Amino acid sequence: MTLILHPNIQDPDGFYQELTDSQRSLDEDAASDMNARLVLILANHIGDRKILTEALKLAAP
Amino acid sequence: MFSTYDAPVYPYIQSTEQSLGQPARHKVVVIGAGPVGLTAALDLAARGVAVVVLDDNNTVSVGSRAVCYAKRSLEVWDRLGVADRMIAKGIEWKLGKVFFGDRQVYQFDLLPEDGHKIPAFINLQQYYLEDYIVQAAAGNPLIDIRWKHKLTGLRQDSDHAVLTVETPDGQFETKADWVIACDGANSATRRMVGADFAGQVFQDRFLIADIVMKADFPTERWFWFDPPFHRNQSALLHKQCDSVWRLDFQLGVDADPEVEKRAENIIPRVKAMLPGVEFELEWASVYQFACRRIDEFRHGRVIFAGDSAHQVSPFGARGANTGVQDVDNLAWKLAAVVKGDADAALIDSYHDERAFAADDNILNSTRSTDFISPKNAASKRFRNAVLDMAEKASFARPLVNSGRLSTPTPYVHSPLNTADEGVWQGRMTPGTACSDAPVTVNGKAGWFMHQIGAGFTLLDFGNAAEPVSVGDTKAKVLRVGVDFEDTERLLTKRFDAQPGTVYLIRPDQYVAARWRSFSPAKATAALARALAKG
Repeated sequence: MTLILHPNIQDPDGFYQELTDSQRSLDEDAASDMNARLVLILANHIGDRKILTEALKLAAP
Repeated sequence: MFSTYDAPVYPYIQSTEQSLGQPARHKVVVIGAGPVGLTAALDLAARGVAVVVLDDNNTVSVGSRAVCYAKRSLEVWDRLGVADRMIAKGIEWKLGKVFFGDRQVYQFDLLPEDGHKIPAFINLQQYYLEDYIVQAAAGNPLIDIRWKHKLTGLRQDSDHAVLTVETPDGQFETKADWVIACDGANSATRRMVGADFAGQVFQDRFLIADIVMKADFPTERWFWFDPPFHRNQSALLHKQCDSVWRLDFQLGVDADPEVEKRAENIIPRVKAMLPGVEFELEWASVYQFACRRIDEFRHGRVIFAGDSAHQVSPFGARGANTGVQDVDNLAWKLAAVVKGDADAALIDSYHDERAFAADDNILNSTRSTDFISPKNAASKRFRNAVLDMAEKASFARPLVNSGRLSTPTPYVHSPLNTADEGVWQGRMTPGTACSDAPVTVNGKAGWFMHQIGAGFTLLDFGNAAEPVSVGDTKAKVLRVGVDFEDTERLLTKRFDAQPGTVYLIRPDQYVAARWRSFSPAKATAALARALAKG
């Protein structure tokens, strides 16, 4: 397996709205805390260390 | 302070070589009578090598210091006949609890596997441990511990070192074929040989305090992240014997050690942690730590072991435990070289194996430190997210890191190993410390680890192996089902043995090689390789 980089999210507009709505009422700190939890939850779901490394490299500034 | 233990005062005795002004030539001189140096003396003496131990002090450790002793260290001490007393006096513990704020978010059980003589961990004040080893060494004619002997100079020749030693009677010189420097993190010996000691120094300060209390807390390790009584820092509570408890408070980078060390400042911290509990303060210290390692474990005739060779953070109890394992690795090799059974190449394998272990310990203890003391706001956010979720979500629990407890590092890349042929299950790969198992010897219950002798052993599951030799070094045969019975078949299982399986086990109880059937030629070649003659 390699990191999936083609469009893979069903209902992209709906997901994006759900993501931003989930943090609409949060201040910067609370949103960052939530994002940290989200990263860990999704990372555990992926599990595969090679894919996680690829994703970290891709996301790095 | 110090109400529970009376430290012995060992006598200073002027040596004959100093009083006569005639330097003796010793086989081995050990610098430092801490747990590592004392264990080196016991191990070398057990292998027939005379040892002189020099210590600049005349008593045991001031304060409880190392406290946590892991299974592998205790197995080494058991091989040397001193573990039973440590285990009897020490506190066995298995359960660890982790708190975040005011909630318990996680608990772990060390879940030691059944069928081992030695427990996973004991807590014992360092002074008891040193006291017991000094007592064991006292009757041994091969061990000469010289108190109030401070090393002040060292120069090396091609086949020996010349040591300048200062005693209450002044300075004298003595000579040693080999020197083992066990003189701690601030090793003077290391400076004298000009060795490099590089790594990462951590800025955070920590307060450790031993208190005596009669309160009936469970025998568990409690670790707090950001507790209400000590905001934005970590804290630890751990039991020792004699109703003494070890407390550890993270103080941050700005703390003033001189101020924090004062009883009037410690007592309110303890009262906040343990409200309403009566206690007495017994000992306290403020420390900083570093993770670093010496460039080479051997500099000519000087060999480094313990904190003089590597420093780790305290999380995971990897300091004294890995030092004892250094000595476990070194003693049989040095004994073989001193007796002329092996070349100095065998001692260089000590660096290969123990530098690899030191790097593994440094990696693990640095990771724990970074979790406990996050380096920036982003790391802290992830750390808190892990702790926050760990209470309800099991997936987050393996990420909680309040210290990964010391286990022996397998020497997977060691030049002394003979590579496996074929397919094997289980953990006993070459370079791994043997697993114990219950066995029956002459109808009596015993332990496998006690059946392995002091030298090389061919563990034979097929009643077909014969002893092999390289020079004067012989590997004797230990036959399962003849010399002892594997009654519960746990040894067979742990070693993935089939009828005919043979293991070559080193004098330090590590696996050197294994085969599905015995071949004298292969066993001889593996023995030569394990002596660095391959």
